[in-house]
Amino acid sequence: MRRVVVTGLGLVTPLGVGHTVNWERLIAGQSGIRAITGFETSDLASKVAGQVPRGTGDGDFNADSFVPPKDQRKMDDFILYAIAAAQEAIRDSGWTPQTDEERERTGVMVGSGIGGLPGIADGAVTLHEKGPRRLSPFFIPACLINLASGHISIQHGFKGPNHSVVTACSTGAHAIGDAARLIMWDDADVMVAGGTEAAVSRLGVAGFAAMRALSTNFNDTPEKASRPYDKDRDGFVIGEGSGVVVLEELEHAKKRGATIYAEIVGYGLSGDAHHISAPAEDGNGGFRAMSGALKRAGLTPADIDYVNAHGTSTPLGDEIELGAVKRLFGTAMDKLAMSSTKSAIGHLLGAAGAVEAIYSIKSINHGIVPPTLNLENPSESCQGVNLVAKVAQERRVRAALSNSFGFGGTNASLVFKEFA
Amino acid sequence: MSDIAERVKKIVVDHLGVEESKVVENASFIDDLGADSLDTVELVMAFEEEFGVEIPDDAAEKILSVKDAIDFIKANAPA
Repeated sequence: MRRVVVTGLGLVTPLGVGHTVNWERLIAGQSGIRAITGFETSDLASKVAGQVPRGTGDGDFNADSFVPPKDQRKMDDFILYAIAAAQEAIRDSGWTPQTDEERERTGVMVGSGIGGLPGIADGAVTLHEKGPRRLSPFFIPACLINLASGHISIQHGFKGPNHSVVTACSTGAHAIGDAARLIMWDDADVMVAGGTEAAVSRLGVAGFAAMRALSTNFNDTPEKASRPYDKDRDGFVIGEGSGVVVLEELEHAKKRGATIYAEIVGYGLSGDAHHISAPAEDGNGGFRAMSGALKRAGLTPADIDYVNAHGTSTPLGDEIELGAVKRLFGTAMDKLAMSSTKSAIGHLLGAAGAVEAIYSIKSINHGIVPPTLNLENPSESCQGVNLVAKVAQERRVRAALSNSFGFGGTNASLVFKEFA
Repeated sequence: MSDIAERVKKIVVDHLGVEESKVVENASFIDDLGADSLDTVELVMAFEEEFGVEIPDDAAEKILSVKDAIDFIKANAPA
């Protein structure tokens, strides 16, 4: 089987734009969670979120830097974030195909959990208040999930496989795993892969609040709201952004002298077959995704130094995942570091798996594991587990495993290994 | 009614993101100003809103240039 490595990274998150800025802020223990701005929250149960900082300062998101103003109204923000993250990742990789064949061997697979929810909400209001003749011709293409991949391919002229994943909060992980397999199977040499989400809107927050899935006890102290494994956690904090990587066949990357961040060695998938939103109590779905990824990687739990947990800060989900990790790792738990970076950025839904994959890769590159913020009183089951409470830890990370679990009972685990 | 041409041109400049100097009366939206078929639909909607006029689909199909738009609006816009 052809080997696949990561040669480019791109991030747009509540901690800012750019993978270097993100990493600096993440390991410094900064939080990107704030009181929601941009829409009315007085009647919403949850008033906090991880929103991408807009502006022109260091690490701020300035849409005009990525898409001409006249084209911005043709796309919902989830597409805009994906375009921005992809631009960074592609530039970072240095891959600029020159021939038709090279362009045809370069594909895109960027997914989203929800897609253009804010645009759909606005479109429905326009239809209701003004009638069908006032609906923009760009309404549909602005909201369609696969248009993130479409726009990226158009901007860069990538004519290889053009695909998009929609698996709720596992989207980003599935996209990277599936894109790597397209390269392994020789359908492409280079894939731009990841996830994107921009559902921090009135409809999005109201919808998740209706499920009682969101944190509501920390509206006055937003930075404290996302607290995975802590006794006071009370639901996830919604976030937005995008993570995109450039995946490349190993020999292709070596031949052009590309910087190799890590090798993607493992990918495991499973289904719970249990409930539309609740994870199965036995944690078997997550367990099988993780063990499948390890088997594919040819690694044992003792080879994994860091787990980037799904860890959404929901009492049920956190405990079930932790139980599954303990069951799989056994005595290897002693040396394992596990943290949830959702404590700093919230839950980026369809982008989460891709953003967290990048954080996992950076932990390998820098020999630092990012902290679980706000972990002040760990729940009882956390005893003896290194959850990297509040402060980043320096340690060698030979290989890292990143978990993503989504509504519908869809689970994915990725394993990245240092490339020597 | 004398400002109709200026208002039409301003809408075209804003929506297509083109330089004002290129938006001459004979300019074709698609051939000269880089619009695609969806852009032209949106332009017509913008004309409707700006001038309070309804442009039926069969008429919209014939509005291909800046001049076409100005002529239609001059003939149909409420005074």
